[in-house]
Amino acid sequence: MIELIKICKSFKGQKVLDNLDLKIEPEKITVIIGRSGGGKSVLLKHIIGLIKPDSGQVLVDGIDTAKLNDKELNETRKVFGMLFQDAALFDSMTVGENVAFPLKEHTKLSKKEIDKIVEEKLLEVGLKNVTHKMPSELSGGMRKRVGLARAIALNPKIVLFDEPTTGLDPIMCESIDKLIINTQRSTRATFVVISHDIGSTFKIAHKVAMLYEGKIIKTGTPEEIRSSNNPVIKQFINRETAKACQN
Amino acid sequence: MVKCNPMIRLLELAGKPFIIAVEEAGRIMLLLMSATIWMFRAPFRFQLIFKQMEFVGVNSIFVVLITGAFTGMVFALQSYHGFRLFGGESLVGSTVALGMTRELGPVFTALMVTGRVGSAMTAEIGTMKVTEQIDALHTMSVNPIHYLVMPRIVAAILMLPVLTVVSDFIGILGGYFVGVELLKINSGIFVAKIVEYVELEDIFNGLIKAACFGLILSLIGCYKGINTAGGAEGVGKATTQSVVLSSITIFISDYFLTSFMF
Ligand SMILES: Nc1ncnc2c1ncn2[C@@H]1O[C@H](COP(=O)(O)OP(=O)(O)OP(=O)(O)O)[C@@H](O)[C@H]1O
Ligand SMILES: [Mg+2]
Repeated sequence: MIELIKICKSFKGQKVLDNLDLKIEPEKITVIIGRSGGGKSVLLKHIIGLIKPDSGQVLVDGIDTAKLNDKELNETRKVFGMLFQDAALFDSMTVGENVAFPLKEHTKLSKKEIDKIVEEKLLEVGLKNVTHKMPSELSGGMRKRVGLARAIALNPKIVLFDEPTTGLDPIMCESIDKLIINTQRSTRATFVVISHDIGSTFKIAHKVAMLYEGKIIKTGTPEEIRSSNNPVIKQFINRETAKACQN
Repeated sequence: MVKCNPMIRLLELAGKPFIIAVEEAGRIMLLLMSATIWMFRAPFRFQLIFKQMEFVGVNSIFVVLITGAFTGMVFALQSYHGFRLFGGESLVGSTVALGMTRELGPVFTALMVTGRVGSAMTAEIGTMKVTEQIDALHTMSVNPIHYLVMPRIVAAILMLPVLTVVSDFIGILGGYFVGVELLKINSGIFVAKIVEYVELEDIFNGLIKAACFGLILSLIGCYKGINTAGGAEGVGKATTQSVVLSSITIFISDYFLTSFMF
């Protein structure tokens, strides 16, 4: 279980997270929604310890990650996978090497076995014949999907997705949503997804958390969020749905 | 606000760059320490080290050959004109050889490699920093110092002496060509004086210098890369800073190494 307690974080005087509390249930898909620039990516990076809070605690299975040294933090991170908003692929490696990277580093699988998993994972995200391409030769959406394949390559216990479907066409969105649902179902992992897309949020989420002005103002099931009377949430959902319709 | 004493303000202004420099030196030393620790931790990154050795060494051979050859040649030419004034032309060979092995070989090689390799280290690691690839390494439980910094430092320390030997050799050869072929110094004397005056220790000390310079340029290259911020512009800035700081540090440390060794 992941628990964020009274997290405060400012960058050069700009308060991004303000006494934020959030409990993320294990073996569920939690989707975090909120405005652009609202601190969602910053929040996600707190969970995996890339950013340390100014104050407050991040507990992963009861362990405060801010108190760990580098070595212990590395151990903790082995249960994590993360998809970055801009994919963050290693641009000196091919697509195949990118997806193989966590497998090479943390398993004793043979090259053949790794190649097979890489091929499978790339197929799962709808990519064929890209194994030998460099990331710079791919489109933004393709890079994102490679990042997704890399994040789930080790079947980690906890996976963090920063806007997995942004920049993809509706059909691809749909299949990535399905991939997320199916992967979670089969691995029973804890998924934390950041999303802008209300439609897919309600489709994949077991729990939805709304980030607003540095705080989580509401967590609940998709139904609870949909029927919320909170004007901020109402406005957010309605406007996002309106936008989704336009597209 | 209390109005500050102008003297204190002045001291503050003068002292600030100094404090920043000391702080930075401290952080560079910390990076060195942690890279050293990672050198002895499994998994041993031989493959990455070899790849970097190729990058540092093989790819620099050409520039090192050119600079080495012409340094030796011009050195022979200049010293010939000097020595001729008192009939000491026979000393040209040993002068070139001593100059190359003790100073010019190691220093010029290090400067060329700084421009070619140190800058590339900063640019590469800096780009990885600003595009979150370093963060990605962290999330995959791979320490960037272990994966990126340590192999580069080891490779540079190992390869700089090799490149310097090449530079020494080609420089002396260039000196021989100018001295013997162009300026008609007797080739037997030219070589005999080299053998007479150049000790193994001269060559060896030059190589120790080269290894130190390799450490300096890779350490600073990696440090500037890892601390890059601010997008593509930041990468450019960091790269320039890395080359300037490495070059200055190489010159300064050359003086102190020389005063200790010779
Ligand atoms: N490393 C950093 N240094 C300084 N400021 C930062 C840093 N990272 C994030 N910020 C600031 O924190 C705020 C939140 O950024 P964040 O990336 O978390 O937004 P977001 O909710 O993910 O937005 P989007 O949906 O557009 O991705 C922004 O105002 C940003 O300027
Ligand atoms: Mg974001």
